[in-house]
Amino acid sequence: MYREEILKRYEPSLDNILYILHDLQDNNPQHYISKEDIEVCANFLKVPYSYVHGVVTFYSMFSLEPRGRYIIRLCESPPCHLMGSESLLEYLKKKLNVDIGETTKDGLFTLELTSCLGICGVAPAMMINNEMVGNLTPEKIDAVIEERRNMS
Amino acid sequence: MNIVRNHILISIDAGTIMAGAKAVEDALIKELTKYGLDKEVSVLETGSLGITGRGVVLVVYPEGIYYANVTVRDVPELVEEHLLKGRPLKRLILTEAPKRTIVTKEKTGLLKEQPRIVLRNCGFINPENIDEYIAAGGYEAIAKALHGMTPEDVVNEVKASGLMGRGGAGFPTGLKWEFAIKTPGEEKFVICNADEGEPGTFKDRLILEGDPHKLIEGMLLAGYAIGAQTGFVYIRGEYGLSIERIEKAIADARTYGLLGKNILDSNFRFDIFVKKGAGAYICGEETALIESLEGKRGHPRNKPPFPINAGLWGKPTLVNNVETLANIPEIIKNGAEWYRGYGTDKCPGTKVYTILGHVQTPGLIEAEMGTTLKEIIFEYGGGIKDGKAFKGALIGGAAGAFISSEMLDVKMDFVNLREYAAALGSGAILVMNEDTDMVDMLKNVLHFFKHESCGHCVPCRLGTAKLVEIIDNIAVSKGKKEDLDSLLEITQAMKSASFCPLGQSVSLPVSSALKYFRDEFMARVS
Repeated sequence: MYREEILKRYEPSLDNILYILHDLQDNNPQHYISKEDIEVCANFLKVPYSYVHGVVTFYSMFSLEPRGRYIIRLCESPPCHLMGSESLLEYLKKKLNVDIGETTKDGLFTLELTSCLGICGVAPAMMINNEMVGNLTPEKIDAVIEERRNMS
Repeated sequence: MNIVRNHILISIDAGTIMAGAKAVEDALIKELTKYGLDKEVSVLETGSLGITGRGVVLVVYPEGIYYANVTVRDVPELVEEHLLKGRPLKRLILTEAPKRTIVTKEKTGLLKEQPRIVLRNCGFINPENIDEYIAAGGYEAIAKALHGMTPEDVVNEVKASGLMGRGGAGFPTGLKWEFAIKTPGEEKFVICNADEGEPGTFKDRLILEGDPHKLIEGMLLAGYAIGAQTGFVYIRGEYGLSIERIEKAIADARTYGLLGKNILDSNFRFDIFVKKGAGAYICGEETALIESLEGKRGHPRNKPPFPINAGLWGKPTLVNNVETLANIPEIIKNGAEWYRGYGTDKCPGTKVYTILGHVQTPGLIEAEMGTTLKEIIFEYGGGIKDGKAFKGALIGGAAGAFISSEMLDVKMDFVNLREYAAALGSGAILVMNEDTDMVDMLKNVLHFFKHESCGHCVPCRLGTAKLVEIIDNIAVSKGKKEDLDSLLEITQAMKSASFCPLGQSVSLPVSSALKYFRDEFMARVS
């Protein structure tokens, strides 16, 4: 039912599609755009299913796969790379026991890479859901992850 | 009446929020109240103070003392020492800060002057309070234009200022506006390109977070000049705080009658809407941005027709970058001649830079056009960290240029940088010390392009994939000498045959890296 609530906020005009998709994804318990999400969006905007699917696959903030409760997006742009993000990626993979794009077995964390987050002054940096974390070290990553684990 | 003896300005931007600025602010207010100082000392939120990577940053006036890495635990001591006993808390003082925070052009002796036009209000006013923007001279330019200048006058003033677009290659803004005014059309649009995706670039984010009303005023002036009634700000989906601040600023401007009908009792009507992106580097390209804004996949369009003739929904559309538009109110208010007092003859004005990487003090600065890279890195950036030597810099992000020490004395502007001019717009300066592996850096850049290539045209889709294959080989010392030539050949082909600037721009990092750091590449190939 929450989907209808979301659609009510918008005019059925095509230029609202990204806002609608953002909202659908943010409100989906598994942080992704499901077939049902695409269907309601397509019906609302009166465009084919394939059209919405095409838009979703173009933008990297949207996912067609179910994701964990917390999405970790490690920046891989040159400033973060220079400050050592690659070794942190290895650390994260090992710590969470997942590869890029995968979700931990307990459904808590999904590991992704992202291009520049625009907080390069504190490189290396990552986002965990909507929160930014900078000046990353293995210790800081541990703290962030443990905090989330304890909250769940 | 209540007399405030101290003002504490606390920087609330994405970086400091992350470090806990909100909690520090709350703790400050609580602690001041405890001592009964809350009427004498006011705590104010402001945008970026130009200092990044130093945790929570705040400044206490009238002394002008900067504190960095302030935590909630430091607050009681800070309040007791500085605000109760009047003794600045030495251990938290940021000594190198004042260099980059001088607002006027006045000589202040010790400090490195920083002429601020675009960032004039950043770090001084509360970006969420429209009254503070107005008190700082805001919306005077639009009032001046609406009650004494014709749209042509505005365009001519911008033309005379010599302002060049701060998004990329530096196209003369006044000329673009002139095209827009001459294009017939009942309905025209102004789009602010805030899809800042170039790696290492976040100047537009800090303008949006620090002084959103300046952008609104710039868009109003653009709308009045070209005869548009609607504006859009297309902004990166990742920029949560910027979106929040600009939306609040727009709502406040509407309440004050600065957006809507009969603005300032004139016949001019204009409104602005925010559109949020969803993670696509290519949408920083203006035609791809327009496609995305219309609700499509963000593929670039054929040019011509240019957006100025047929842009959003086929209507004449003016697309300008955030920093470009933020220059406009000051130009209209103070006149083109005043503006030309800054920068170089051919490139007047200032440029906003972000200094990053292996420097002492990474951060945000505004410097006159024509400032050398040496000054930026060694004076504003405080030189190289940990006593290491300078090796090179990547200027302009991924679609930028790798340069070595022989370029340090080049005056940075759109003319002097010549083939590297396109790298200036983004303002990102990533400084690398002697230990940096340039092959690895180029590899990172090429992987970025492969990921961001939209797949629309063959040269870019296949070219970026092939480049990655070659550089991955070189990085593990499995490449051949001929591979270096292949890198150049492929990027040259992409430069001439790619559909849009994404594929065309890959040649810049590749050719510059091979020009200045060829030895390092040669050492890895057989």
